[in-house]
Amino acid sequence: MLSIKNLHANIEGKEILKGINLEVKAGEVHAIMGPNGSGKSSLASVLAGRENYEITEGEVWLDGKNLLDMKPEVRAREGVFLAFQYPVEIPGVSNINFLRTALSEIRTHRELPQLSAKEFLKMTKEKQALVEFEAKLANRSLNQGFSGGEKKRNEVFQLAMLEPKLSILDETDSGLDIDALRIVSNGINKLRSADNAFVLITHYQRLLEYIVPDFVHVLYNGQIVRSGTKELALELEEKGYDWLKEEFHGNESINKI
Amino acid sequence: MEKDDLMLEQLANREYEFGFVTAIDMDISEIGLNEDTVKFISAKKNEPQWLLDWRMKGFKAFQKQEMPQWQNFKMPEIDFQSISYYAAPKQQAKYASLDEVDPELLRTFEKLGIPMSEQKQLAGVAVDVVFDSVSVTTTYKKHLNELGIIFCSISDAVKDHPELIQKYLGSVVPHTDNVFASLNTAVFSDGSFVYIPKGVRCPMELSTYFRINAENTGQFERTLIIADEDSYVSYLEGCTAPMRDENQLHAAVVELIAMKGAEIKYSTVQNWYPGDKEGKGGIFNFVTKRGACRGERAKISWTQVETGSAITWKYPSILLQGDYSSGEFYSVAVTNNMQIADTGTKIYHLGAHTKSRIISKGISAGQGQNSYRGLVQMGAKAAYARNFTQCDSLLIGDRCGAHTFPYIESKNNTATIEHEATTSKIGEDQVFYLNQRGIDAEQAIALIVNGYAKDVLNQLPMEFAVEAQKLLSLTLEGSVG
Repeated sequence: MLSIKNLHANIEGKEILKGINLEVKAGEVHAIMGPNGSGKSSLASVLAGRENYEITEGEVWLDGKNLLDMKPEVRAREGVFLAFQYPVEIPGVSNINFLRTALSEIRTHRELPQLSAKEFLKMTKEKQALVEFEAKLANRSLNQGFSGGEKKRNEVFQLAMLEPKLSILDETDSGLDIDALRIVSNGINKLRSADNAFVLITHYQRLLEYIVPDFVHVLYNGQIVRSGTKELALELEEKGYDWLKEEFHGNESINKI
Repeated sequence: MEKDDLMLEQLANREYEFGFVTAIDMDISEIGLNEDTVKFISAKKNEPQWLLDWRMKGFKAFQKQEMPQWQNFKMPEIDFQSISYYAAPKQQAKYASLDEVDPELLRTFEKLGIPMSEQKQLAGVAVDVVFDSVSVTTTYKKHLNELGIIFCSISDAVKDHPELIQKYLGSVVPHTDNVFASLNTAVFSDGSFVYIPKGVRCPMELSTYFRINAENTGQFERTLIIADEDSYVSYLEGCTAPMRDENQLHAAVVELIAMKGAEIKYSTVQNWYPGDKEGKGGIFNFVTKRGACRGERAKISWTQVETGSAITWKYPSILLQGDYSSGEFYSVAVTNNMQIADTGTKIYHLGAHTKSRIISKGISAGQGQNSYRGLVQMGAKAAYARNFTQCDSLLIGDRCGAHTFPYIESKNNTATIEHEATTSKIGEDQVFYLNQRGIDAEQAIALIVNGYAKDVLNQLPMEFAVEAQKLLSLTLEGSVG
């Protein structure tokens, strides 16, 4: 589904991704771990099409289409969803109205018929129940006055509504208490299918106890330096990230988890 | 990708939708302004002597007055001698039924989306249409007559209800008020008149649609609304004009009078031609609007959505004379490209326990300059009067400007005045967030702006709110990317 080949990207002239290679197939869950500043969030931003990154080399394909040639909204309509690390607030725009607009754009792009108001409401109720998202939050202004946890749960609710092919979750677990983490993870587990794929960007192994990944990658200094199965996450939990410094002589300062 | 770019480009370059000209025979007065012009207009309309005398007083006052200099932009040179002060469709100006109206004119109204057809009358909007200088038709008159409501052109009101006109015309905005009000007094051509009798609740929205069509003409309409004791009326005003390279002047006067216990709700969606991207052409919109709450518990509320005009200079005001009377001002003003808006309100608390509320939302894009200018005055007798003002500015891009000039004067120490102000910028983060959900930049801006203006748009009657939302999006097209 997703094929990243030798991806290099700069931000403000500084190289931040230094040759990423990654293959994600439908039905798979990949976890990307790594210390602060390793390029995890940059990878998510580049895939979603944030403007301030300059792609200097490499290719990204989504089901045979060149992702890097698409505007951010087209990537979204093609099925790329980014659950933001810091979701923004948009006062006065109701969550539901926003989702209706987004879904309508996506369905137009995919040449699907538009949902009637009734069908849309039915879908909203079902998805709310699926990811345990309160109706009162759905009707409020987009993320306005939401707690950190509510914002993250809203990202998962949106994910459920928009039914993307590829979901990239950028530290969706950060700032969540244990109950919220369980709700978010349950939601994602219910949304997993043979047709979609997830890339979980996370700092901690904790999330992976709830959402079991098929593959774990370690991102360090702009490159994937090691890949493995879920056991790799456990190893990282035990050893921390310091060993990377010794092994790969990175220039970045490394924080211990 | 290419297709998408093309679409964005088309959107960005979309032109003013109402910029067409109607090919219709016009009766246009000679260019220029002198006593004879005033007499010509008065004679054209077969006016009584007292009205001509009043016009002449207005003209004399106009000659003595200076252009205002306090606004936050350089007042353009307006050559009052290069304007024609009267233009009317050549056919008989008044029609007994729509069948008699020039079909070309009807097509124009159709393009403007004016609800004149039978089908749209069912929607319950009574419309008076002022095309250039004269009122073309007033629909629904009969039904309103049965309730004792008078809704007609001001010219008809002069003929049919001279006692009301003589008593109230100029009683809120005197002929000496300001240079544009004086000019309007001298040369006003038509406009709407509304009278709601005691205790009557007007069952439908009353609406006037203003359209400038002819070249080198100004539009000087005059609206007078009187709500007698314990009555209620909601009134809507819309306006458009063709695209022309020259600036055209619109100097209207609106007077509202609310008696004891009466309520007037006045809504405007202003969409005069704003000029092109370089600032060429467009309407100079210099308008004087004022309402007086004459009796106890009277209420006046102004709601305005200002999206058009090259320059908007307008301060709908309220005199709170009766005790416990209240006033509201809700405004969204958008300036894109080279547009300028200097707008706000003046609220004079004269009676005791009077209340007012001001919600102003300015939106600036392109190189637009948007100023809020407001005055809240608490008079010596305004015991326990209260005002709340919220004044927000939203910036799109980094070449536009937002300015706020709130004036507060209080002569009564029991009065309360609150003022809140914010300035924000549409963040790239907000736009990107919406992009990431499949929404393109234009639509993202439209969503954000409509969310921002929601408190004001909610004040508009339903059909108008929808139109206003579309208009906001259209006005801001091309403001990103």
